[in-house]
Amino acid sequence: MASSTKSNSKTAKSSKNGKKSGTAGLDESVVTSKVDHLELFRQMFLIRQFEIACGENYSKGLIRGFLHLYIGQEATGVGAISTLREDDYVVSHYRDHGHALARGLDVNRSMAELFGRATGTSKGKGGSMHLFDAAKGFMGGHAIVAGQLPLAAGLALAQQYNKTDALTICFFGDGSTNQGIYHETMNLAAVWKLPVLFFLENNMYGMGSSIERVRAGGIDFYPGMATYGIPAAEVDGMDVLAVKEATEIAVERIRDGEGPQFIEAKTFRFSGHSLADGQKYRGQDEVKEWEERDPVATFPAQLIKRGLVTSDQIDEIKTEVNEAVAKAVEFAEQSPDPDLPEIYNDVLA
Amino acid sequence: MPEILLREALKRGLEEALESDPRVFMMGEDIGEYGGAYAVTDGFLKKFGPERIKDTPISEQAFLGAGIGAAAAGLRPIVEFMSISFTLVAFDQIVNMAANLRYMSGGQISVPMVIRAPTGAGVQLGATHSQSFETWLAEVPGMKVVCPSNPYDALGLMRSAIKDNNPVLVAEPALLYGAKGEVPDEYYEIEIGKADVTREGSDITLVSYGYGMRPVNDAADKLASRGVSAEVLDLRSLSPVDMDAIVASVQKTNRVVVVDNARRRGGVMAEIAADLQERASEWLDGPVMRVGSIDVPWPYNRGLEREVLVDADNVLTAVADGYGL
Ligand SMILES: Cc1ncc(C[n+]2csc(CCOP(=O)(O)OP(=O)(O)O)c2C)c(N)n1
Ligand SMILES: [Mg+2]
Repeated sequence: MASSTKSNSKTAKSSKNGKKSGTAGLDESVVTSKVDHLELFRQMFLIRQFEIACGENYSKGLIRGFLHLYIGQEATGVGAISTLREDDYVVSHYRDHGHALARGLDVNRSMAELFGRATGTSKGKGGSMHLFDAAKGFMGGHAIVAGQLPLAAGLALAQQYNKTDALTICFFGDGSTNQGIYHETMNLAAVWKLPVLFFLENNMYGMGSSIERVRAGGIDFYPGMATYGIPAAEVDGMDVLAVKEATEIAVERIRDGEGPQFIEAKTFRFSGHSLADGQKYRGQDEVKEWEERDPVATFPAQLIKRGLVTSDQIDEIKTEVNEAVAKAVEFAEQSPDPDLPEIYNDVLA
Repeated sequence: MPEILLREALKRGLEEALESDPRVFMMGEDIGEYGGAYAVTDGFLKKFGPERIKDTPISEQAFLGAGIGAAAAGLRPIVEFMSISFTLVAFDQIVNMAANLRYMSGGQISVPMVIRAPTGAGVQLGATHSQSFETWLAEVPGMKVVCPSNPYDALGLMRSAIKDNNPVLVAEPALLYGAKGEVPDEYYEIEIGKADVTREGSDITLVSYGYGMRPVNDAADKLASRGVSAEVLDLRSLSPVDMDAIVASVQKTNRVVVVDNARRRGGVMAEIAADLQERASEWLDGPVMRVGSIDVPWPYNRGLEREVLVDADNVLTAVADGYGL
């Protein structure tokens, strides 16, 4: 599995035009010159530390319910969301912390939501799987597998209806492609040429099911998009710059009115599906192999090696992020639970 | 007052909204070129264009879900289902998404969307096309459910549903699209959540909604000819349901029969009966009597279907069994 990923690791392919999008990554001076590398690193590191803190507080019983960590996948969310504008929408699934933080959700209020506190993004009524910040165009946090796909199509429909060139990006996992609604939404979006970017984070597993066990067509999803006439690209999800570049191309096409686009990032979650997962279904060798490509470690190392940033700059960010995460945990812990009358609010508008 | 068909009343409500609010648009299977399975949207495509009258693929989950997204982004979609039985394939989107979004986002996102669907049996369409799932959706917090029994209510409820900032199911009794009734030219709305006392009486309260109003009205006529004065309530809205109005009537008549055109088990009337025994037992001279269609899959054969469907005789039997009237 990992080897097939590696063979594609530096290429964003377009299955429609057969046109290569060019080599992404640090070898490309055009790309590197205009990119805020430190900001990309800061976001990835923030997500990593946030998730580690979540895990710790789950063990302490301060976070409950299902908790799905984004550790290992940071480069996909960060690379993709870094290409968006403020008036774009972001839609995510239950593994949503990374997308939320990359979209700039308040770290304190996000953590407070996980703690179920009144200061949380949904006043403690949503939880880890249901983060929202409508003001930032972050439209959830959705926990029915694939249920968020038509929501994204509808947000894009509104953007099209209002004659803007804004777009909606929708994240989903490999497991969700086996839902009927996946087919329905792809077709609908294509028929109506909706400004939506379907972003598949193929982390090789849906809970305990490896793709081979649940999908007849192999581990590559992007070739199947030809069925819908949706241009599709594959990208190395462990390479934040490659993700960024592939997404930029897709975003530009959508803004040009070319309709929906599809990106498949090959990535991997380093921890279990949720904190309840004992990972009986996979060997640790496979995990180790992917961990060697950990973007949170390899990206800054490469930046330093290339002389694009200094290790002091990296350390400074790390200190700053660690403080912010510690503060967020403190904020969450000290925040009050919602008052009981809050039960009755927000049922109807 | 001019008389129009229920179908025309719905059409008027939709047309007004499309004319006055650019955020309003419609989606559904064959609502455009074809004119709508029950011809409610006939002529709309020509008048409003394909951007606002959207023919969809046969993908109820996707287009209902897209309606939710469009509503979340500030538009006011009206989504048509060909039959309320087909809402089942989109139930996840209706319940998990449309109804829950506002709550789980802590009030950040609203879904001002109207879901229209023909409901009910009576035209020999068999088990998959004759059901009445407004009763299921009436249980779901976060959305509203209305069901008109006549053209006046159809227009008034449609206007309110489109203006409402929540997902609203408008269940349209399929057997009543061709029903005639008076509708004034002057503008009016009907508040969602309020029942209508369509006939005042003193001896017994009969409660129903939608197509169920037909057997109830027939039964009330027959009772009147026997000197029994029935008070009749049309719920109009199944969620929220106007329990206060029902209780007030029962306090006056001391007798009640609730009538569901849908299957008897688990319907809206089961809920009302349960509430009544809590809130009105001391006022009642007998049991809360509940009438509904027979609890079987809907049969195709005309005679069988008629037998399953509630009729006036079923209502009269309940009146006699419960109160000896
Ligand atoms: C409709 C539905 N079925 C099952 C589940 C339980 N479930 C939650 S996540 C998940 C696996 C999804 O895998 P994938 O789409 O690959 O996303 P990943 O978790 O790998 O990011 C399952 C089975 C659910 N939430 N919703
Ligand atoms: Mg997966």
